[in-house]
Amino acid sequence: MARNKIEGKKRTVLSILATGLMVLVAIFAMVPFAFMFMSSLKPGTDMMRYGLTLRFDPEISSFNNYTALNTYRDGIYWHWYKSSAIIMVMQTVTGLFFGSIVGYGLGIYRFKGRNLIFTLVLIVMMLPFEILLLPMYQMMIKAKLMNTYIGVIIPYLVPPFMIFFFRQYCLGIPTELLEAARIDGCSDYAVFWRIMLPIMIPAFGAMTILSCMNSWNNLLWPMIILQDNKMHTIPIGMGTTITPYGNAYDVLMPGAVMAVVPIVIIYLCAQKTFIAGLTAGSVKG
Amino acid sequence: MRKSSAVNQLSRGDRRLWLNNPKVVPYVFVAPFIIFFLLVYLYPLVMTVAMSFNKINGPGNWEFVKFKNYTKMDTRDFWMALKTSGRYALWDVIVLTIVPLLIACLLHSGLVKGSSFFKSLFFIPSLTSIIVAGIVFRLAFGTLETATVNRVLAVFGIEPVKWLSYEIPGNTVLILLTLWRWNGVNIVYYLSGLQAIPADQYEAAQIDGANAIQKFFHVTLPGIKPVLIYVITITVLGGFSMFTESVALWQQNNAGGVGRTIVGYMYMVGFKKNNLGVASAVGLTLLVLVVVVNLIQLILMGFFKKED
Repeated sequence: MARNKIEGKKRTVLSILATGLMVLVAIFAMVPFAFMFMSSLKPGTDMMRYGLTLRFDPEISSFNNYTALNTYRDGIYWHWYKSSAIIMVMQTVTGLFFGSIVGYGLGIYRFKGRNLIFTLVLIVMMLPFEILLLPMYQMMIKAKLMNTYIGVIIPYLVPPFMIFFFRQYCLGIPTELLEAARIDGCSDYAVFWRIMLPIMIPAFGAMTILSCMNSWNNLLWPMIILQDNKMHTIPIGMGTTITPYGNAYDVLMPGAVMAVVPIVIIYLCAQKTFIAGLTAGSVKG
Repeated sequence: MRKSSAVNQLSRGDRRLWLNNPKVVPYVFVAPFIIFFLLVYLYPLVMTVAMSFNKINGPGNWEFVKFKNYTKMDTRDFWMALKTSGRYALWDVIVLTIVPLLIACLLHSGLVKGSSFFKSLFFIPSLTSIIVAGIVFRLAFGTLETATVNRVLAVFGIEPVKWLSYEIPGNTVLILLTLWRWNGVNIVYYLSGLQAIPADQYEAAQIDGANAIQKFFHVTLPGIKPVLIYVITITVLGGFSMFTESVALWQQNNAGGVGRTIVGYMYMVGFKKNNLGVASAVGLTLLVLVVVVNLIQLILMGFFKKED
């Protein structure tokens, strides 16, 4: 009894310490956003003079910088935004489609060459894609896909990490379910479409977020393919506003905030499925 | 009812019989990857190898130069880039394996109040573009005395640091940016592994009188080993092929090449100086580096040992 009491006290102290530590980590995670938002309200000249501060000065703070995004270089920021959004949607839809069917094929069926193909998937996952940039670039020139969104998404059409994830996910699904559907006269494709897709929804949630993240953040390959200013994505465009001759803080900071907002909304809407999906498809060696 | 639908299925199946042949079906499912592998990975890889032994004077105008492209890599810039990437990869693996693991264990332990809130919150930095977030880090770690971090240091009487002008402090900022951006992703990976460990293993350890630290080393670590191997492998890859983080802090062409990585060097040689042969040689060096380091890591972790 007494021992339990001591144990309980010890646990309370540990719990407070652990929670306190997590609060510190949370502050570390959130502080850059606070800086970003506070700076986006102030004129760029204030940034030049005082640097990055959390100080709120009602005299100079306003949302003027946000409306200035519409006029900066004829509203080019929204062109970047549109490019980023189009690429994100295209890349995510195609990636989910191909990733899920290949992952399903590898996870459900036993066939000759299955292990070889899965090994190739693993090898490709461990290859730095960057080393293939030069020949890919030449291929895109030959295929006349420079300055096109298709050219940007081609290397991400069949994402190996999604194949891997969907395969792991399918391994955990009882095959009796699929057998039953097959006996009912469903073709293999109908089984995938009608039975598997609904079961795999958590996996799709998780992969949607990962794919959106990757696409929204991608810099190097889109920078090589999209050379037309108006087709730039947000990361490329924001990069061009930082120059050795002075930075356009008036654009950078509200632009940064606006770039974060949509993806955080997608995440907050899908986060339950996301965490559940990632957990269910956990890496099983 | 069931019979008629089966008959329907058969007659429909007749028309595309080979597509419904059980021997063909799996290959239809995996076909996209096979095509993709050949076109987007194998062909460019073969081309990279070929280009690394040639001087490319123009489209279709190749000149076989044996190993000259590889000897041409021996420049101060290349070795500096290799050092930058190597140093970054080392710290990246150390910090981004251990810190998220400890946080995930705490979140999983049940000690933390509101752990699901923290789980969601820790992931948010991963959603942002590194270029965008990098702007904040760049300004916070500015050179001037008025830069945010230097001002904080001044409170403790520490001299202002020119963070981004030198390699070691620069690498520290890079690692902080990486930790900020990827911490949440690795926490989620680890949590998925931790949840897969059966509770009775902990109970058994408890009965044997194991303390928290013993439990961590004898139950938790072996339990999450597959996840750990996965995290280390992708971190090694991400570390050596890092590019975006360095652009976020220094742009592509900074004086002196502080912070320029192997991929940054490859980009400069290939796209800015248009020397495709040497750039291919740099790329292959990176590939060999990643593969060798990862193989060593996987052997040390016992990945190739067959489980009994």
